[in-house]
Parts: sequence; C-alpha cells; structure tokens
Amino acid sequence: MPVTQEQLDEIALTRAEYDLIVDRLDREPNPVELGMFGALWSEHCAYKHSAPLLRLLPSRSPHVLSRQGAENAGAVDLGDGLVAVFKVESHNHPSAVEPLQGAATGVGGIVRDILAMGARPVALLNSLRFGPLDDPANRHLFQGVVGGISWYGNCIGVPDVAGEIYFDPCYSQNPLVNAMCVGLVEREKLATASAGAQGNVLLLVGSGTGRDGIHGASGLASRTFEEDQELRPTVQVGNPFLEKVLIEACLEALGTGWVRGIQDLGAAGLTSASIESAARAGRGVILDVSRIPRRERDMTSYEVMLSESQERMLLIVPPEGVPHVREVFEKWDVACTEIGFVTAEPEATVVDGAQTVASVPVTHLANPPRYRLKGSPSPDYQERQRLSLSDVTLEGLHPETVLLSLLASGNIASREPVFRRYDHQVQTNTVEGPGSDAAVLRLKGTDATRAMELWNGEEGEERGGPRNWAGNGGNGPKTGRWGRDTMEKAIALSIDGNGRYCYLDPYHGGQIAVAEVCRNLSCSGATPVALTDCLNFGDPGRPDVYYQLEWCVRGMAYACRALGVPVVSGNVSLYNESMGQAIFPTPIVGGLGIIEDVNKRVGSAFPSEGMVVALIGDYINRPRASDLAGSEYLQVIHGKLAGRPVIVAEYERRLQALCRRAIEERLVASAHDCSDGGLAIALAESCIRGGVGFSSSVNWPARWDAALFGERQSRIVVSLPQSAWPDLERLVAESGIPARRLGTTGGDRFRLGRLLDLSLAEVASAWHHGLEDTVRGGGQDLEEGL
Amino acid sequence: MRFGIVVFPGTWSDTDCHHAVNGVLGQEAGYIWHKETLLSGYDCIVLPGGFSYGDYLRPGAMAGLSPIMDAVKDFADSGGLVIGICNGFQILCESGLLPGALLRNKHLEYRCQWTNLRTERVDTPFTLACEPGQVLKVPVSHGEGNYYADAATLDHLESEGLVLFRYCEPSGEVTPRANPNGAARNIAGIVNAQGNVLGMMPHPERCCEEILGSVDGSLLFQSIVESVK
Repeated sequence: MPVTQEQLDEIALTRAEYDLIVDRLDREPNPVELGMFGALWSEHCAYKHSAPLLRLLPSRSPHVLSRQGAENAGAVDLGDGLVAVFKVESHNHPSAVEPLQGAATGVGGIVRDILAMGARPVALLNSLRFGPLDDPANRHLFQGVVGGISWYGNCIGVPDVAGEIYFDPCYSQNPLVNAMCVGLVEREKLATASAGAQGNVLLLVGSGTGRDGIHGASGLASRTFEEDQELRPTVQVGNPFLEKVLIEACLEALGTGWVRGIQDLGAAGLTSASIESAARAGRGVILDVSRIPRRERDMTSYEVMLSESQERMLLIVPPEGVPHVREVFEKWDVACTEIGFVTAEPEATVVDGAQTVASVPVTHLANPPRYRLKGSPSPDYQERQRLSLSDVTLEGLHPETVLLSLLASGNIASREPVFRRYDHQVQTNTVEGPGSDAAVLRLKGTDATRAMELWNGEEGEERGGPRNWAGNGGNGPKTGRWGRDTMEKAIALSIDGNGRYCYLDPYHGGQIAVAEVCRNLSCSGATPVALTDCLNFGDPGRPDVYYQLEWCVRGMAYACRALGVPVVSGNVSLYNESMGQAIFPTPIVGGLGIIEDVNKRVGSAFPSEGMVVALIGDYINRPRASDLAGSEYLQVIHGKLAGRPVIVAEYERRLQALCRRAIEERLVASAHDCSDGGLAIALAESCIRGGVGFSSSVNWPARWDAALFGERQSRIVVSLPQSAWPDLERLVAESGIPARRLGTTGGDRFRLGRLLDLSLAEVASAWHHGLEDTVRGGGQDLEEGL
Repeated sequence: MRFGIVVFPGTWSDTDCHHAVNGVLGQEAGYIWHKETLLSGYDCIVLPGGFSYGDYLRPGAMAGLSPIMDAVKDFADSGGLVIGICNGFQILCESGLLPGALLRNKHLEYRCQWTNLRTERVDTPFTLACEPGQVLKVPVSHGEGNYYADAATLDHLESEGLVLFRYCEPSGEVTPRANPNGAARNIAGIVNAQGNVLGMMPHPERCCEEILGSVDGSLLFQSIVESVK
C-alpha cells in the first residue's frame, strides 16, 4: 500500500526520501520501519542539512580524545589521568510547548549524554533566549524554563555554575534553551557507545517506556510549528530523582568492569540508541519489544520503538556479566531488563515475542541523505549593515542616564535573581560561580601538596592558610581555623553567543561567538582547550537562513583556527521560527579551559581600594560606526539594530595571551571582558561586584557614547596594584597590544572624568533590580512580609 | 574518630560531607547505605543534604521510614551524635527526632546563597570551637527550609536554649532581611533536649576550605571531633 503524504508529514520525511528508502530496501517499508527511518533521518538525529558545514569546524588537537560526532560528547585530556567530557544541546521546541518540562528534560538529556561517556556530571551551564518580559506569554516561558532548570538540576546534585540570558522580540514564542553539561572521568574509564561483540546483551535500565515524546525528534525538533497545543503530548516529562539514581547506578555498574558499551536514550529513543550503537560496531541487533517495561497499556511496537520517555539508558554487557550488572541496579531499585542482543549480521531486527515487526539493514538507517543547500543573503542584508555615527545623535542624552538605563536593561542587569535559584555549589568544587566571566571548578585530588592542618589556637594570632585575590574567607573566627594549602588544577567554563551580531554579519558574528567565550576563559586565567557549540537557526530551506548558517560556521571555524581551539561536540537546532519569522542566527558556544594552579585565577570584581584600573586592547579614542554595531546602547537608547560588527581574530589571540600571562604572573587582581554595554558597563560591574568605587581622570572623546558604551571587540578591563604596573607595561610592550590606565579604585562614587559622577549605591541598585521585579517567583517579599 | 554518612537514594551531599571530614579534617569516614539496619563503630552520624526519594510526598518523609532510621534513633537515644544537614534536617523532623517542620520557602523559590548564622550556644558538641555569638558564613541551598513550629514549641525551644543557629546580618543582628526562607524566628538550626542531635538547613560541608569562600563550616566538624576526644 503506497504511503500517504499525511504519513510522511507526520515523520517529516520527503517523498524523495521515501523513494530512497524503497530503493535501498527494494520493497516498501512497513509502518514501524518507516517510523525508524523517520526518526533516524530527522534533522535532529541526522544533521541532514548541517553535516557538510559542521565538517568545516576544526575538531582535533593534542588534548582531544574523541572524534567529533563519533560519541555522545567530546572528550579532552586534562592531564593527571583525568578527562573532561562535555557537550551543549538544545531543547528549544519542547520548551516552547511546555517550558518547565521542556527545560527540565533538556537538562536531563544532556546529563545522560555525559553519563554515556562513563563520566560523572560535575557542572551544568545554560544559555537562554526569550522575547521581552513585558509580554505575559514570554514571562510564562521564562518562569517555566528557569523553574524547570532549577527543579531538575538541583535535584540531581549537579551544580549549575554559569549561564547567560538575553531577550529580544525575535525569540518570542520560540525561546532558546541550550543546556551544557561537563563530566569528569579517569582516562582509562572513558566509556564508549559501541555495541561491541556478537552475543552481547542489551540491557535497558531506568524508567518505564510510555507514549511521551513520540515524534519528538522528527516532529518538534525538525520542523517549524505554529499551532503548538496539539504537540503537547510530544513533550517528555522528567523525573529528576530517577535521573540521580540512574547516574549513581550506571557509574557503579561501569565500575564492575562488565559494561562494554553505554548509550543514552535521547531523541528517537530506543531506535537511535540501539541502531547507533550497532552501527558504531559494524554489527546488528535484535530487540524484543514485548520485554520492554511499559508505563502505559496497549502500546504498539511503533510507539515503544519511538518513545522518548526520559531517564533510560542502554547498557551493552556480555552474557556472563549480566548478573553482576543486574545486582547493581537491584541495589538501587532501578529496573534493568534484557531486551535483546548484538548480532554478527548488520541487520536491525525488532520482534514482538515470536513475530518480526521490523527488519532493516543497519547501514541503511545509519546513513541518511545529506543535503548541501545554497544560501544567499536576504535583500535587506546590506541595508542592515549601513550605519554611520552621524545617524546616532547625542542630543538630549546624558551619560549618567544612559549608564543607568543600560545597567537596568534586561540584557545587562544582574542575573542573580535567576542563578540564586540554581544550586551552584554542590560537589564543593565551585571556586568561581555564576556572575563571573567564567566559572572555575577546582579538580579534587590534583593537588601536589598534602592536606595539612593549620590550626591556630591562640586568639588574635595571624591565621594560616593560603592567600589569594579571590577567596577571602568568612567573617574571621575568633579562635583557630582549619585550612589547607592547595595547588589544585582547575577547569574554567563559559557559554556565550550574540544573535544580534550574527544577524548583522554572520561571518564576523560567528568569529565573535568563539572569541568571546575564549576571552571569558582567559579572563579567569584559563587556557582555552576545547569548545562545544549549539547552532540555533531558522529553516535552512530558506536561502537567507542557510546563508546565515553557512557564514556563521565559516566564521566560527576561522576563529577556532586563529585561537587554536577545536570544537569537540555540538548540536544543531534548525526551524527556530514562529509565524514565519526566523530567530536571529544564534550560535551558542560553550568553552572549557584549564588553570594549572587554581590559586592563579582571578574574578571580575575589583578586589580592593587603591588598585590601578587599566584597559588592555583598544581604547576608543577615534570612534568608528562599527563600535556601535549591534550594541546594547544602540538597541536600548536609540531603538536601532544596525551596523557591522568586526573582529580581528589574530589580534584577539594576542590579547588573550597577554591577559593570561598577566594573571599567571600574578600581576593583575581582576579581569573582566568588555562585552554587552561596553567599557562603562564592564567598569561598573567590576565595581559593583567588588563593592568598591572608581574614579577616572581620562579625557573622554566627544563621541563619549562610543567610548563608554561601544562594543568594539578584544578589550579587557583589569585591576592591579600600582607596584605591578611596570611589569604589566613590560608584558604589554612585548605583546604589541595597547594598554591604557583608566583610573583608580576607591571611595563610594562611580566617576568617569567630567562625564559621569554617580554614587556606587545608585549604580548598583539599577543593576541589581533590573531583572528582579520581573522574575520574582510570585511569593511574598521577605523584607516586607515578615 | 569515625563519621558515618548515610546515603539514601537521591542524597547528594554525601560525598561533600565525606570530603569535608575526611579530605579536609583528616578524620575517618564511611558511607552507610539506607537499607542497612545496624550502626556500629561510628562516633557521629551525618544525614546529608539532597533530595532523598526525590522529596516525593514531603521532603524527608520517605527517608524517615528507611530501614536505617531505626538504628539512627537508637544511636541518638544512646547519646550518639547525629547531625542532619538540609534534607537531613527535614528527615530528622519527619522521623520525630526533632520538633517542627520545614515548609516551602516563603518566596516560593529555591535559594542557593550565602547566609550568616549567629551561634546561640557554644556549650554543645557541635559548637564548642565557636565563640559565644560568633557569626558563621555558611551557604544554604534549598526550596523548603522555612522552619515552622507552633508558638508553644517555639517558646519551648527558646526557653530551653535549643535554637543553635539563627540567620543574621554579618554584624550578628537578627533581621528579617537576613532570613533567606521565612523561617520562624530566623531559626536555621536546632538541637534536641539532650543536645546530641542537630538539624540545620545551611551546609557547613560547603565551607571548610578558603578556596570555597569560607572555612566557618569546619568549626562545626572540628567541634564534633573535639567533643568525641
């Protein structure tokens, strides 16, 4: 019976793709087989439109242990026998339909990707985009997403250490929810997702299988949608408690030494987990759906194979190991079921008891068609880039009001009202948490010195313990204290992206996305080691969207090569549009860096009074229109989105090297990237976080808006003791990057020459309260309520 | 001395507590699986934080019925030291070892933030290394830490000196602003009448090293070590 267009639409396959399936099988597929093809050939699983572009990104370096796309996440060697595993993934479409569960299961899914590498999840990050919060629908999405991340992440005991949130009307109804997870594993324990030898048993562990999420990959994630209500059943429902238990049980099972392969059940559920594992080993599988524990009645084989029920993992174990692995799951009261085995013949066979319901060669399923589309810029593309300084009037503007407006604006104001809802400390590794340019996690067990007792019993005696700029202890106990002198290694983590820049210039925007995340890492003192990316774009079938995708990726690839960092994992989310409007092209880049000695790190806060504050990189003396391109200032104050952001990747590389060296040599006490809102905002943020004022005697140029609020790339604000200035000047001279003294910290004013003189309290209040009111959870205000 | 750290399904501060008492303070420590029924060879039992049983039903309600809890009660009845942190405090209240209950935070949000705690007594095994009234910088991380008890119980706690920690300003002043969750009378931690069972919402195990932003939590563990000597 020929397939109907309606059936094809349901699984998002084209007629031509169907014909290709018939051609490969030399017969019509039955409905179960067709469903399996639909899932595995979906954009979400197959990268049909993006794979040729993704190959442009460099993916190798001496640190990299994984091959991009070959495993569930990228793996990099940290030294000391430790490996970091990490990946970012989108859950945009489910979050648009049901924000709380969509975001929660986004976290759950990425955590299982890390678990599938045999690693313990140690950190979560996220990157979120919403429409403006004055619209109740966007507030609903925002509250749901933040609530979902908080609910799920807190329950599983993985700290949420960093993230970013931006608002723009283009994300109304199509929020972006990108979740990143980082795991740690000893090098020899890195797991694989391969099925291994013939006769190995497939064990399904974790949750029962229900009807939730059927067609999640092909339907929600792989096409646009306008009427979302009917898609609600395709959103999965999370159980973070089960996830936590699953993490512990799987890690313990891996510890038995009997697990040959491990794979999470994510998009396309059992179908993709089993077939991808088989394909990696060049083998086949037989699965018996009648054995699979269900949580709903009368499920068909089709539904069981395509369910995206959460908190499930597939373990591949030789028969003699099954009792050992089963014992672990019995201890944790987690279901563990033999559902099939690995075959020599590379055929994926699904049986329901005695009846065969599907039988397809694995290679047919695992080799989807790939498309190279042709892009072209949208007709108004050049118009968008046109901007001259004379278009931007300073008339009626005062630097003080501009500063306060920007500090309170949704894209700049303090994120504390959000991140205080996430546990960012559990596992006790977080030494720089959310709010810094990069989060820093110390690696326990890498310290060269032994734990030592620093017990000072005498009152008033000088305390022992390490001194560093960032961690200044508690309130000073009157009696002795215990401490420990450490020289632990640390990792730095950051996630970043700027859709406005990419919209205005995809090639430079893509470069900036990579440069900025590396700059954040460098500002903490870390050497960037590897990246992961999530490409959030519209419908690639539209030439202007494909043009954006292609040039963003080319820009990212260029910057990766210039900065010497590979992309080791990633995810693509296309069809992000609602009501016919594509979102800004939004590549999100997550980065991981290494700090050899955790004590040689800095935060973004000015640590004390009397510090010299300097800008390394360009001081904007002669403003250019590109300095204002896509800036927060232009958007918030002038309501304009225009211009052409630029970056010179080679200059960026030298700037970051200079910053890292200044931190390594302990010259600077803080470093903060100049990004959204420009130099004045960076200075204000460092003051607010440090609780210390700042005064500058610089003679600012007439175009003070560009100097203070322009977003020219490759600039970092540092603070240092006066005594370190000559040494910094020496490094600066060697690097060929300019540096300029801006002023001194101290007092309770925030003063920029003759332009601006505000009390630090007023500056801080604008920044602290910008998001506060809109994001309050609906409970009683404690200060007033008690 | 030897700490015993109980692990329920969903517990996540177990390894943090182990690191604090063993890795930092150099004391012996072992994990105790919740299905066990005997406790022997331990000087102090730790009920760590987390989401035991996913907080389903009520936080601590299911864990309070775990096999190990009978042994914990016996251990406490015979004078053994028990410290319940966060979810552990909730479990102690649910199992009747401490009075009162932990309600949802008044603002309805989960909160992970630093708090200041005023030490109300220094003659307990948990605080003997502290100064009277000493302010400790210790973080909280919970959605349901709003301590509640009826007025008579609260008055009893106060009159018997069973309130061990109160949320306060860095200066030590107890104010509504310093209260992160709406807890009655800013109560952050209480002890039983015998003084050998402590329940507290803040996480001392998260602040035992300079690098984590405070070492004040180690004063609690150090007190326990000193008191067992």
